[in-house]
This record gives sequence, structure tokens and C-alpha cells, in this order.
Amino acid sequence: MADAPALLSLRHVAKSFGGVRAVHDVSFDVHDGESVGLVGPNGAGKTTLFNCVCGQLRNEEGEILFEGRSLDGLPTFKRARLGIGRTYQKVEIFTDMTVSEHLLVAERARRGEGRLWKDLLNMSAPLRVELDNIEAILDLVGIGALADTSVNALGLGHCRLVELARALAGQPKILLADEPSSGLDIHETAELAKVLRTVQRERGTAILLVEHDLAMVGEVVDRAVVMDLGSLLTTGTFDEVMANPEVRHAYLGQMGAA
Amino acid sequence: MEHFLGFALPGIPYGCTYAIIAVGLVLTYQATGVFNFAFGSQAFAAAFVFTVLTQNEHWSGFPAFVISVVVMSPLVGLAFDHFLFRHIPNSNSMAKVVCGLCLFVGIPSLMTVIFGAQNLDATATILPFFNPNVVYFTLFETPINGIYLSTITVTVVVLVALTALLRYTSLGLQMRGAVESRRLVQLDGVNSRGVVAIAWATSSFMAGLAGVLLASNYGPFQSNDFSTLMVAAIAAAAWGLLRSVPIATGVAVLIGVVSTTLQGYLPTSSIFFSAVLPGLPFFVLVAALLILPGMRSLDLSRDPLSTIDPPPPPTAAASRAPQMDRLIRRAWWVVLALFCVSMLTWIPTTWEVAFNGGLALSTVLLSITLITGMAGQLSLCQGTLAGVGAFTSAQLAIHLGLNMLVGGIVGAALAAAVAIVLALLSLRLRGLGLALMTLAAALLFDNTFFNAVSISGGTQGLNLKASWLGTSAFFNFDGHALFLLCMVALSLAVAVVLLVRKGTVGRNLAAMRGSETAAAGLGINLTKQRVVVFALAGAIAGFGGVLVTIQQQQANADAWNYNYSLIFIVLVVTTGVATVEGAIQAGIGFYVVTQLLTYLPGRFGGSSLVIVLFAFGALQFARHPEGVLEFQKRRSTLAFERLLFNGHGESDRDPDPRPAPLSAWGADG
Repeated sequence: MADAPALLSLRHVAKSFGGVRAVHDVSFDVHDGESVGLVGPNGAGKTTLFNCVCGQLRNEEGEILFEGRSLDGLPTFKRARLGIGRTYQKVEIFTDMTVSEHLLVAERARRGEGRLWKDLLNMSAPLRVELDNIEAILDLVGIGALADTSVNALGLGHCRLVELARALAGQPKILLADEPSSGLDIHETAELAKVLRTVQRERGTAILLVEHDLAMVGEVVDRAVVMDLGSLLTTGTFDEVMANPEVRHAYLGQMGAA
Repeated sequence: MEHFLGFALPGIPYGCTYAIIAVGLVLTYQATGVFNFAFGSQAFAAAFVFTVLTQNEHWSGFPAFVISVVVMSPLVGLAFDHFLFRHIPNSNSMAKVVCGLCLFVGIPSLMTVIFGAQNLDATATILPFFNPNVVYFTLFETPINGIYLSTITVTVVVLVALTALLRYTSLGLQMRGAVESRRLVQLDGVNSRGVVAIAWATSSFMAGLAGVLLASNYGPFQSNDFSTLMVAAIAAAAWGLLRSVPIATGVAVLIGVVSTTLQGYLPTSSIFFSAVLPGLPFFVLVAALLILPGMRSLDLSRDPLSTIDPPPPPTAAASRAPQMDRLIRRAWWVVLALFCVSMLTWIPTTWEVAFNGGLALSTVLLSITLITGMAGQLSLCQGTLAGVGAFTSAQLAIHLGLNMLVGGIVGAALAAAVAIVLALLSLRLRGLGLALMTLAAALLFDNTFFNAVSISGGTQGLNLKASWLGTSAFFNFDGHALFLLCMVALSLAVAVVLLVRKGTVGRNLAAMRGSETAAAGLGINLTKQRVVVFALAGAIAGFGGVLVTIQQQQANADAWNYNYSLIFIVLVVTTGVATVEGAIQAGIGFYVVTQLLTYLPGRFGGSSLVIVLFAFGALQFARHPEGVLEFQKRRSTLAFERLLFNGHGESDRDPDPRPAPLSAWGADG
């Protein structure tokens, strides 16, 4: 795995807000089909790093490469079309749509569709192949029964699954999942972990997972990258990094390190 | 230097009044999170009452000042807070803006309804020890009279007192906390309702004060004069990022001084004097919106408790049972057929004219459904874009002899082009920032292009000739031909909006309205979507403007001024901004209610009462963001479902079927 070309490569990435260094000199790779956990205490810079990768923030230093191509200067929507999918720490859904409409939007956005003349000629009805794809993804994520339900009527757990399904509808090569289990109960978290594993295995989608539930991270990821105070602390398998005294110190303070 | 000061000094009193309003805007925004568009109207109301008392009732200045500014204005502010803004969640920036606009539009009309049309000419001063008719001394050839001195004195006292209040008192600290979240500071034991109420009373007092001071400086005045006051104050407050009292004050005084200085230096015959000078406050505002990054995120909710707010309720069409849906659709077709037959056979001419006007106006209003209802972009210049279409087609008819309907297509294209420029200028602006930018554009057009005799025909307007339409049928007394024209045009516009809504672009717009972050993260090009929706809405508004012009047989700048853009928003919001039928009901409803009110005596017969009715009806937007008519439709539909289907099927539901609050589960409400 280590010798294969990296799907996503971060090289000395840095980002500041005013005088605060949110991310400083962070470098790591994610390979095709790999599942990587990005962990660290609150304020470590994980979500800022996600925002830099997706183009919602511009990194001030360093370079982010996707399939060997620099993402510098590319707007968010173009990065998404390259194959970078994302879910959000604070659920971001389209409140007036049904679940399947969310996926249809994602499916077409990936292809850059949206010609006005097609709409005006009434040529924008969902195609059979699109509906099949949507049905398959909803079944994969386990919310097939909710296809025609308005997201306004869903609970947080289902909304997180809708976000995940929507991101998968864009057929990403890498999925950036930002605290997907936040607000879920223990059973929903276990189900979510299974879904992420299935997505990685069956669809070959690489996963970069930011998560505070370390048990879930251990279940899902092949290896982990640990950040603290904006800097990269260590990398390795999940068990290796959890045994690292520096990581224990970052999470638990002096007592944890001891 | 003396020459310069002679021009600059007269601008200081104007700058002072701008500063008082600007600081009032800052205070309200800081304490309540509301950008109060109604300040200009509150200022006008206070000036109106002050002038009526001094001019008609022959009171002296000071007691009139006490009644109009010290008593009435704070009470109005407290009423705004108690009955309206208190009920709007911090996160609902659209409702806050729209309610402010309703008051901005409704208050001047309400004053006319209550007091009747008045010739307003304020000459009294508010401070008894300054005589308005006495020139106390001359400074660089500028006579310093009682009005000048009282304006400066009052401004300095008020601004020093307010700065001290905000910076050095615990009340000021609580006000700054309340803007983040009223509910959160309540948890800390602060009486946030009281704090916010004081902020409203104080800022409204300042609005009244500015109104009376400005009226004294103006002499004869009318409500439109206060729009310049408002824009100058908004521009100043914007440069202070709605936070800094000193910067807002400085910029406000600077606008006043620069205006009078340029007036002094520029030749009165130059284009700069007639076109650029009146637009100075708008240029200052646009510059602030374009340059200052802080203006891009003005309406981002900072309330940590915003997640407990419920999501907007569904539309009537989305919440009714399938059987009821089928029934209503059939009923609509029957009503439409009956309406068409009636219009072509028995309806009296007076009412035919009213309905034709309503149909033409509905086309303009559909552009608001598209851009605001579907895309969530609050544009305050759709009336202006309609005017662009109207004047373009009229000018093409005059100069090239082009049929107005053909010219209307060119006009629609030009309106779309103007809208595209606006969209590109405001790419980074959202919510309040976009509303301000489009309002500035509307005011700029009013003061420049629409003011030019060569374009709009000046105060006389451009009277249409039947030959411009190829046939006199559209001018005929029976109005049948015009009805058919309006129906065809409106049907086409409705078809366009419906096709877009159910197509990919419509879904992308809905996604953009739901979450721009997520929409861009999926691969949707937000810039393209915004440009497309601005252009399409501009084109529809432009062609609608041509229809209204044909119906009125005249193209007049007064019909398309910024005030009408705001009234249009108020109309559509009242009936339902998210639905196509909302726009049609607003357009026809406006003309029908106007026609009905002609049967009332005296001053109630004009358009003032209609505007008051719609403006105060639209205030329900605070409680029913889907539109008060839409809310009533949903309730009555569900009641009918129970009656007709006897509680079977999907009809057995809550009369107010708001879905479970999504935001309660952590989504961005």
C-alpha cells in the first residue's frame, strides 16, 4: 500500500486565522481504497484541514495533491467533481427535499449537469439509471425505506445517513467524513461503522475519518493520523498510535502519559 | 480654503442626522441582530407628527419634539420589539429583513391614512434656546442659525451618551451579549427582553430625533426624502461593519460634507451634478459591500441556541393528502375556465381593468418567486428591472418604431443583463448584504437613469401610442385583447418557473437555498446558479414591466421606483413567496383590493391603505414564513380534508403540521 501512488497527498499544509495557527506543516498521504482515521483532541485542526482539502478554505502554505494533481486554485465544486466527497460535522442538508432528491442532486452535480434549456424543454426528469443508482446507495446505507420522505421529518441519525448517502451518490474516490457519529446513540454508531466499512470494501472508496469515538475509529480505519494543536503528532496503525505516550498526553494530559 | 469650508460646513448638519440614524442602526444591530430598514420610516413618522403639531396645531418646537421624539418614537420601537421582532428567531435573517421592509413601506402610507395627505414644511427647532430664524454668527460665509446649532448640539450629546452607555455600563455589556443570543444570556440571569426593549426604545428615539432634525434642515419634505437619509446612514453603518459607533459617525458626517462640497464645486449643468452626485451615498454603500469582507457574513446566525428553532413549515400543496390534491387541482382548472369566460363576457370594464393589471403585475411578481422563493436570494430591485424592460421597449418604439412586444423581448434581455451584472457584483454577498446591494442598485437607477428625461420622460413619463403595439386592440375599452395578451404572457412565465423548479436547475437552487456549503461540496457551481437565476428573474421582471406599462398605457419612473420594488416583496411575502400561486394571488389581490377600496370615501380610496394592509399583513412573515395566505390555505385544506374524507387516509393530521424540528437534531435551521 505504501508504495502505491497516493490518492490524496498533503505536503506541509498550513493555515492560520489571524494570529492563530490552526494547521501547521501537516503532511500525510491517503492511498486508493484506504481508510485513514484523522484523530486528535478538540482544536487540533482536523476540520480546518478538511476545509482546506475541499477548498472551503485556502491553505496558506504547502500543497494538496489529488491523484498527483495540485488542487491549488481549484474551487470547491471542481474538487468535488474530481472525486472528493464530504460529510459535515454540523449536518448540512437541504431542508425542502426528500431523501432521494438529495441523491439526485449529488448524482447530477458530479457530472456538472444543470443546463437551463434542458429544464425548459422538460428533459430533466430522473433517468432509470439514476433512480437505480440512488436505490442502490440508499439500500447500501440502509435507508431505502425513507427514499420519498422529506428530510424535515427525519431524526439526526437518519440525517447523517442521508448526508453519507448523498456524498456517495457523487461517486467519490475519497470520502471525508467529519464526526459522522456525533449525536448518534451506540447502536446507530455501530451501524454507521459497518456502513463505512462496506463502502470502503465494496466500492473501493478511500475514507478519511475524523471522529472522537475512538472505538469506532478502531473498527473502521486501516491506520490513523494524530493531530494536536494544528500539528501532526504521529501516524501508524490504530493500536500503535493509541499506545503512543504523546497521543495519550494530548488526549488525557500528564496522567494519561504516565 | 475659505471657499472649500464655505461649501463643506453646510454639510455638517446633514452628516449629523445621517450619523444619528447610522448609530441607531448599529445600536439595534448590536443589541438585537436586526438591521432595521424601518428607521427611515420611523424618522419620517416623527418628522410628520412634529410638523403637523408645529405647522397645523401651532405648537412651539420643544413640546412638539417631546411628543414626537421623546414619547412617540420609543413607544413605536417598543411596539416593534414586543409585537414583532421578539418573535423572530435569531437565525431567521430573511424574516428580520422582510419585516423591516414591511414597516419601511407601511409606515409612511399609514401616516397618510391617519392624517391624510399633508404639505409638510418644518421650520421649528427642537431646542427652545436656539431660534431657527436667527443667524447667530457667520463662519466662512456660512450662516450659522438656530437649526444648525441645535442639530450639532443634539448630535454630539446623543452620540457621547450612547458611546458611554455601550462602553462603560453593564447595560451596554448586556446589550452586546444579547445580540449573540437572547436565550443564552437569559440563562446567565440577564433580563434579555428588557435589555433588547431598551435598545429598541433608544434606537427608535434616535430615529425620531434624526427625522425631526432633518425635517428642520429640509424645510418642505416628503417621505422619499428620507430614503437618501436611510441610504447614507446604511452606508456609514456598513463602513463601521455595523459595530463601530465612531467609524459610522465619521463616515456619516463625511458623506454630508462631501455631498455639499461637490454640490458647490461641480457645475450644475454637468452630468456629475445630475447623475453622480445624487448617487454618492449609494456608491459609498456599494464600495463598503464590495470591499469589506465583514459585510459578507453579516447575517450568519451566531446564536448557539439557534438549533432549537423549528424548521419552516411545509406549503399547503406539500402537506395535503393526495385525494385533496387532486380535488384542488381540478377545482383550480374550473375556476380558471370560469374566470376566462367571465373576463371575455360579462365582467364590468372597471373590474376587467383591475384584473388585467393584476395579471400583468403577477408576471413581475413571479420573478420574486423565482429568485427569492426558489433560490433564497433576497433581491430588492425587481421593480427596477421591470422598469428597465418597460423603458427599453418604450424607447425602442419611439426611436426605431419597433413593436413594443418585440421591444419587450429586447427589454427583458437588457433587464437580464443588468441582473447578471448585479449577480456578478454581489457574488460574495448573502442575505442582508445582497439585500443592501440590490437596494442600492434600485436607488441608483431611480436617481440616475430613471431620473433622466431622455430615458423615462421625466415627471410626465412616456405616454404609449396604440401604433407602438401594432394594433389598437390592446388599448380598446373592453380590454379583452389585453386580457388575452396578459394571460398568454403570464402562462408562459408560470410554465418557465414550474419547469425550472422541477428541473435540475431548480433542484440545484433548492440545494443552494438549503446549504451553500453542502451544495458546493457536491459539485454545484454556485456562481453559475446565481447568475442563471438572476438573469432569468430579471428577464421575467423585465417582460412583466412591459405588460404593466401597456396596461397603464404609460411608462413612468414613479411606477418603478425603489419603493415599488419593496412593495412587490411585501406583496409576495404576504401571500406566499415559495409558490407560483402566491405571486398570482399577490398581483391580482393588490389590484382587487385597490379597486374595492375605491368604494370607500376620501383618503382611504388611494393606494395607501392597500399598502398598509399588505405591509401589516406581511408582518405575519415573522410567525408564518410560508406566507399568511399560504398558512391559512394549509389550515383550511386540512379542515376540508377532514370534512370531505371523513378523517380517512392521510387526512387525519395535525391542523398545523410542522414537521419535527430538524434543527433540534443539530442541523442548521
